[in-house]
Amino acid sequence: MLVALTQLLVCQLLGEVMARAFDLAIPGPVIGMGLLLCILLYRESVPESLSQTANGILAHLSLLFVPAGVGVVAHLAILGNEWQAILGSLIGSTVITVLVTGWVLQKMHRRKNDAT
Amino acid sequence: MQPDFQEVWVYLSASPLTALTVTLVAYLIGDWLYQRSGRMPILNPVLIAVILITLGLTVSGIDYWTYFEGAQFVHFLLGPATVALAVPVAKLLKTMKGGFLALFTALACGSVTAAVSAVVIADLMNASTQTVMSLAPKSVTTPIAMGISERIGGLPSLTAVCVIMTGVIGAILGPYVLNAARITSWDARGFAMGVAAHGIGTARAIQINKDAGAFASLAVGLNGLATAALIPVSGDLAMWWIGTS
Repeated sequence: MLVALTQLLVCQLLGEVMARAFDLAIPGPVIGMGLLLCILLYRESVPESLSQTANGILAHLSLLFVPAGVGVVAHLAILGNEWQAILGSLIGSTVITVLVTGWVLQKMHRRKNDAT
Repeated sequence: MQPDFQEVWVYLSASPLTALTVTLVAYLIGDWLYQRSGRMPILNPVLIAVILITLGLTVSGIDYWTYFEGAQFVHFLLGPATVALAVPVAKLLKTMKGGFLALFTALACGSVTAAVSAVVIADLMNASTQTVMSLAPKSVTTPIAMGISERIGGLPSLTAVCVIMTGVIGAILGPYVLNAARITSWDARGFAMGVAAHGIGTARAIQINKDAGAFASLAVGLNGLATAALIPVSGDLAMWWIGTS
């Protein structure tokens, strides 16, 4: 577990360094994810320890959003003035995005399956 | 000897230990309620935890940044968690044979729809430019969204709040929308939840079905990459829309 955690941190650190060194628009952790993905795809299989640690962190993924979410108290003024627009935009856009993405993927998979 | 409550309070209100404990306890209460209710989507653990902590901060008069200074240890783990998304994605890609074109098309459509529809609706409802820009990256996972928001002239911390609200809305409404639209395959359901509602939508998809969860993780990772790459374009597009309306 300690080894796996270190592997994750090393990937993130390399990602952060690359993002700053080359002034990339892509955030460090995403570059880190890309790096790890390339390494894992190159290898035969995913190491068991890394797999367990990743599952452990991702199982409680939603907990990690709580501190940022509480930031709502710092923006009560903006939210108070513009809550209709913000809520309307968030609900409308989320529903449309779920529909479009799901529909496109299901349609294209169907077509492929029908063809074979 | 009389215990000095004043001193205890000063320690508690400034110690990271309190912020961390409060965050975990609030989340566990949220998760307990969620499980007890038979996983009712509206009782989303993140939503309950945020409401509980917000109430606590308001009542006690502790400001957000004092709380965040302690809770940032939890927040920090978003980085390694983003890297860890590579694991389910790699496993899925190894077992997949073809079908990549469909995935990338759905990703491109969803990613663009998420940003454009958020900007257009907010602008039509007369939100300020700063708010509109803060809303644009709302479907991407928090650390990425905050970076994008900063680049296109939004308010990163407001974006973080919008991202969380998007996740909660997606986790609550997503399954109903998918049912109503008769989108039945687990890969399409999971992928749609991941593109529209990032990690919180993924957390919900993982609980519902293993395949849906894997496709949702894949969507979060790919959507982060795609949106981060599209920042300059999407920012310009949004400015153009605001300029013309």
